[in-house]
Amino acid sequence: MGCTCNSSDKEKLFCSGVLVDNRPGAVLPPQDAWEKKKGGYVIIECPQRIPCNPCATSCPTGAVVPFVDINDVPAIDYDKCTGCALCVAKCPGLACFVVDLTYGADEAVIKLPYELEPKPVKGARVKCLNRVGDEVSDGEVFAVTEPLKDHTTVVSVVIPKKLVGEIRAIKVVC
Amino acid sequence: MKKMIDTDLLVIGGGAAGLCAAAEAAGAGARVTVIESDLHAGGQLVKQTHKFFGSKDEYAGTRGFKIADILLDEINSLGDKVEIRTNTTVTGYYPEEGFFTAMKGEEEYYRIKAKKTVVATGAQERLIPFPNNDLPGVYGAGAVQTLMNVYGVVPGKKVLMVGAGNIGLIVSYQLRQAGVEIAAVVEAMPKVGGYWVHAAKIRRLGIPILLRHTIVEAFGDKVIEGAVIQELDDKFSLIGEPRTIECDVICMAVGLTPTTELFWQADARMLYCPQLCGHVPYRDETMRTSHPDIWVAGDASGIEEASAAMVEGRIAGHSAAKALGLPVREESFKEYWTRLDHLRAGEVGEKIRGGICQVLVDGWEA
Ligand SMILES: Cc1cc2nc3c(=O)[nH]c(=O)nc-3n(C[C@H](O)[C@H](O)[C@H](O)COP(=O)(O)OP(=O)(O)OC[C@H]3O[C@@H](n4cnc5c(N)ncnc54)[C@H](O)[C@@H]3O)c2cc1C
Ligand code: SF4
Ligand code: SF4
Repeated sequence: MGCTCNSSDKEKLFCSGVLVDNRPGAVLPPQDAWEKKKGGYVIIECPQRIPCNPCATSCPTGAVVPFVDINDVPAIDYDKCTGCALCVAKCPGLACFVVDLTYGADEAVIKLPYELEPKPVKGARVKCLNRVGDEVSDGEVFAVTEPLKDHTTVVSVVIPKKLVGEIRAIKVVC
Repeated sequence: MKKMIDTDLLVIGGGAAGLCAAAEAAGAGARVTVIESDLHAGGQLVKQTHKFFGSKDEYAGTRGFKIADILLDEINSLGDKVEIRTNTTVTGYYPEEGFFTAMKGEEEYYRIKAKKTVVATGAQERLIPFPNNDLPGVYGAGAVQTLMNVYGVVPGKKVLMVGAGNIGLIVSYQLRQAGVEIAAVVEAMPKVGGYWVHAAKIRRLGIPILLRHTIVEAFGDKVIEGAVIQELDDKFSLIGEPRTIECDVICMAVGLTPTTELFWQADARMLYCPQLCGHVPYRDETMRTSHPDIWVAGDASGIEEASAAMVEGRIAGHSAAKALGLPVREESFKEYWTRLDHLRAGEVGEKIRGGICQVLVDGWEA
């Protein structure tokens, strides 16, 4: 993971589980293509070499490039990604997301994994959290599915487009 | 003690490793008896509600307790070859007579004579000492998991987690899923010991992970009311101001150590190996210890993962069946080793590899 923990505060943050910069295994899609891509592209944040590969083996299109070594970090072939979010449901690290930028002028849709109670319902307003759990905006639940019928729900939330690089979780408010 | 049970293969411990050893050997035709202390087989797997890592061969992406069901189904499909005796603990081994003693519940005792034995007794939790760690409210992570995931009881309202290895991170997440607040996770090292993704998953729910921090003491009148934590420098000396954290539970997730009493009793050759987290038996490639009739598999051979424990169980079961004179698929042995090598290939596996090379022998003198 190339962790140089004594250096900057940023690296310290990274060492405690907060992504700070793009790095192998945790990159954003190419902006131009992403903006036009109906259905969105996958974003995976899994920068450490660990013996794990369900993102690659569950992807129906090969968009998560098949691993040579099970410890590989995921690499994405964006031409193949349909935004189906199967990887979102399958990844045991809850490290896969799909973001669709074509939803509106200022709004995007993020599909994220959710395993807490209560489950959000369609149409509900939720709080959107960044990578350290701060509430950074409100969002509206657009869809709730359970693709693999295994209690990991995939929640689609409409969020401000300018926050797609920050929002990675939601809090359901009753 | 009158009763004596006879079996081809005795498997001690019905966790991931033991169940795989039993399935593999029974698949080759062995008569197997599995002894498990707990009320049900499955070991650590039963407590794991999260999805597992690893590769598809080891059921990655499947929740732990489901994996236990898959293994038990495999065993059931083999007919009556495997007998699983739960609520029974193997209490000792008598090398001169060559039998094990077992205790069912608290009163029924019997002896077991086996041609071959796989010891897959898993691991025990470690604790670290600090003032007032005997107050009610201080738990091991395993106990918290058992309470929550097996009995559906939450241990308290607000938890201080000590240790950011995979267990500390995962149990924090599971506590949060059960609606319990996590005041903080403290970790003495400068980076989380568990997988980064597990840390990220609880960070984004707002749970702080304080690196280079430790618990200094607990306090409370009759039960835990809080803990004092403090920062550590790079020589692990306390620095900065102590800080008080309010909590009613302190959960210790500071590591596991292999359960090896039976190997000592069997006079197996042992080595203290820090990378494998304690004393472990030397073994050859088939997982046979220096005792010609005793194999080891899983966390008892060194703390690793369920994925590796299952493959080791297969290897031990395969080899024990072969030693019983049963026909086995020779290629399986190579395939299992390829899988193990893959699982251990990464940077996380580096420590394990370093440990294994110290305890792996080329073979035992006949
Ligand atoms: C919180 C947590 C999360 C984990 N997550 C993962 C993961 O994502 N992926 C992964 O691969 N691994 C994971 N693991 C690790 C995995 O659970 C263990 O490595 C695995 O269960 C080890 O299997 P085992 O069969 O060696 O031991 P255990 O599962 O511990 O089984 C040993 C069994 O032996 C029994 N026993 C012990 N002594 C005796 C005796 N004398 N007589 C009779 N029975 C006895 C015990 O009751 C126990 O059931 C996790 C572990 C924990 C605690
Ligand atoms: S969203 Fe679908 S197509 Fe894209 S990487 Fe994930 S599983 Fe593959
Ligand atoms: S499945 Fe998830 S945790 Fe595993 S390698 Fe892929 S992204 Fe990482």
